[in-house]
Amino acid sequence: MNIRSQISMVFHLDKCIGCHTCSIACKNIWTDRKGAEYMWWNNVETKPGTGYPGKWEDQEIYKGGWEKDGTGIALKGAGKKKGLANIFHNPHLPVIDDYYEPFTYKYLDLIESPAGDDQPTARPISMITGEPMDIKMGPNWDDDLSGTPDYARKDPNLLKLSPAEQQAMFQLERMAFFYLPRICNHCLNPACVAACPSGAIYKRGEDGVVLINQDVCRAWRMCVTACPYKKSYYNWNSGKSEKCILCYPRIEAGYAPACMHSCVGRIRYLGVMLYDADQIERVASSDDGSLIQNHLDIIQDPFDPAVIASAKANGVADSTIHAAQYSPTYKFVKKWGLALPLHPEFRTLPMLFYVPPLLPVMASLSKVDNTAQSQKMNDIAKYWPDNWLYDTSTEELWGTLEQARFPLEYMANMFSAGKTSWVADRLKKLMAVRIHRRAVTVGDISAEKAAKVLADTGLDARTAEDIYYLTALAKFDDRFVIPAAHREQAIEMLEFTGDVKGSTGFGFKGGTAGRGA
Amino acid sequence: MNALNAFLFVAFPYAAVLVFVIGLAIRYRHRGFTISSLSSQFLEGRRLFWGVVPFHVGLLIILTGHLLAFLVPSSILAWNAEPVRLIILEVSAFAFGLSVLVGLGSLMFRRFTESRVRAVTTRMDIAVEVLLLTQIILGLWVALGYRWGSSWFAADLSPYLWSLFALKPETEAVYALPWVIKLHIFGAFLLIFMVPFSRLAHIFVAPLHYLSRPYQQVMWNWDRGAIRDPNTAWSRARPRNN
Ligand code: SF4
Ligand code: SF4
Repeated sequence: MNIRSQISMVFHLDKCIGCHTCSIACKNIWTDRKGAEYMWWNNVETKPGTGYPGKWEDQEIYKGGWEKDGTGIALKGAGKKKGLANIFHNPHLPVIDDYYEPFTYKYLDLIESPAGDDQPTARPISMITGEPMDIKMGPNWDDDLSGTPDYARKDPNLLKLSPAEQQAMFQLERMAFFYLPRICNHCLNPACVAACPSGAIYKRGEDGVVLINQDVCRAWRMCVTACPYKKSYYNWNSGKSEKCILCYPRIEAGYAPACMHSCVGRIRYLGVMLYDADQIERVASSDDGSLIQNHLDIIQDPFDPAVIASAKANGVADSTIHAAQYSPTYKFVKKWGLALPLHPEFRTLPMLFYVPPLLPVMASLSKVDNTAQSQKMNDIAKYWPDNWLYDTSTEELWGTLEQARFPLEYMANMFSAGKTSWVADRLKKLMAVRIHRRAVTVGDISAEKAAKVLADTGLDARTAEDIYYLTALAKFDDRFVIPAAHREQAIEMLEFTGDVKGSTGFGFKGGTAGRGA
Repeated sequence: MNALNAFLFVAFPYAAVLVFVIGLAIRYRHRGFTISSLSSQFLEGRRLFWGVVPFHVGLLIILTGHLLAFLVPSSILAWNAEPVRLIILEVSAFAFGLSVLVGLGSLMFRRFTESRVRAVTTRMDIAVEVLLLTQIILGLWVALGYRWGSSWFAADLSPYLWSLFALKPETEAVYALPWVIKLHIFGAFLLIFMVPFSRLAHIFVAPLHYLSRPYQQVMWNWDRGAIRDPNTAWSRARPRNN
């Protein structure tokens, strides 16, 4: 056993309102620079949709992540052989148009144009070349566009669904969507690290944050290909790759990362999880059937004395172990079994987990007779000869899983490598908690029925209350349990901050130039 | 004339190598951030392929050839003793030279015609490319006009280069060479001189160590054993400015 600590995250998708505050907070702090304009270390996608960069989930196109290779695993589009063979020209590298060409407007034209008969306009210009351009795509231009042929219907997660199921998802009356905020997953088996020929990318032993040493990166661009989540970005101006740093200077100081701190929907949770580093290789190479279970099992019980002893031997501070015991992410992922990793089949062992969304998916359709209604319609109004109605007022309150507006398989393609039982199990628990709370607050459901629903999903009233609290009421300090930073250790990590006072950002950490070289 | 020759083939080579070694070391140690292959594939990928691959592959082979003729001249001469083998060597070397020329030509054409690539072009990039182009044209000219290069390089130039290394420059052979070859030699030292100041530096960070390292890298900012001992933190790392 070789226990290390990992800063892990949970995003509760039921709560995301798609406001993009997180993206803006991140952009303002980290990527508002030349060459980084197009980067959104944090981005929010509408699902079903193609995402950013377009169709990133389709590894037949992007060749990211790991794949089974005999008993072990190998990088799909990079690695020692493929990476060095393709070092001059990487055939699997996305180009900037797969994201979007960054643009701005010539605002000065609005006030400096000479007086004339026409209104002056601010023409869009490319932030790369400075030339006028036609904007084809921008950050989140697919926002809220469920059902559209260009975006929603090209969602790679739909590939395995039958045409009839896909058709059903996009009927106007049944149309639904939800938001998927994404940042780097700070994986346990990061493909970006493994693919970097320079050895510039590393995982910090202390907290598991995955970083790129800018002094050592040489623009071999393999991490961009290798990360299946496309969360390593190439700065076209500096010739260096960059990625989410989980706001490590904030974490070290005990603050929540900017995206999480600013999250309007309060969907984000951050906490420590203890994992067994000796198992990483075995877990990442598990066969398809046991992959998700093993992924969750690598996270260890922070109350187990053996785990604590091993953590201490690795220099994990008492305050960090304490934080792990109070970790909200541990509760969601392990204790309650409510969260799942995004695309576990990429085998990077992501440490960002999602509570799958229940509300947009669960609603029932009731049979109604629409004839009277349709007679009242104007002649030119479009009439659908359907006799059902979107309805949330059924006896089961939120309908049943079989009536879900998204086929469970669609959700399972995202969160459990296509295995519907994992998603169904979580959605049932989420529903049970709601039924329980409905019984408590409104009282139109009998206590026996609520208790039975809870028992069916393996929960009890006490746990349901805890889940309800952490989901709906939790205060800042409940959502973010960040181990206290130790001043003496902070010095060793960043050195004395006064040393770089007056230089850009945090300066360059001394002595890192030779790292990995 | 002799003064010029002495500058071009004695003084300048020493200066170039000195600048190269010291400059590259300083840049690597203290300006590591600036060393990058500065790929523009992210901005334009398709046309790049037809330039970058023939250029690099050809150049690697040609450079290896030059290096071998310098390091093991006798083996090259022994190989060339058989005319058929000599012809094979010369023709294939010339073919790779052409591939460098075609590759570099299309890279330069791409650089000037793609507005996105122009946006990331520096004056130094253009200087390096023009110099490389001149060098390759000179090289092909030498190969065609002064046969058989692989043999006389091994016989005449290799001793000259070795003599530079031994700090006892023997320059008669070089001084007597035609000016095309002289220019080619000078160009080579000029390129070496420019390495620390240009993107050429990326050759020397070629990631060969990737082959021998494990895939995953974990780094500890603190000593795992010592960190729980309250005495070590302060004795090991002290703030520098107080
Ligand atoms: S999400 Fe991508 S960039 Fe982040 S650690 Fe995993 S492989 Fe690396
Ligand atoms: S700030 Fe929070 S609620 Fe808003 S889009 Fe981001 S994750 Fe969703």
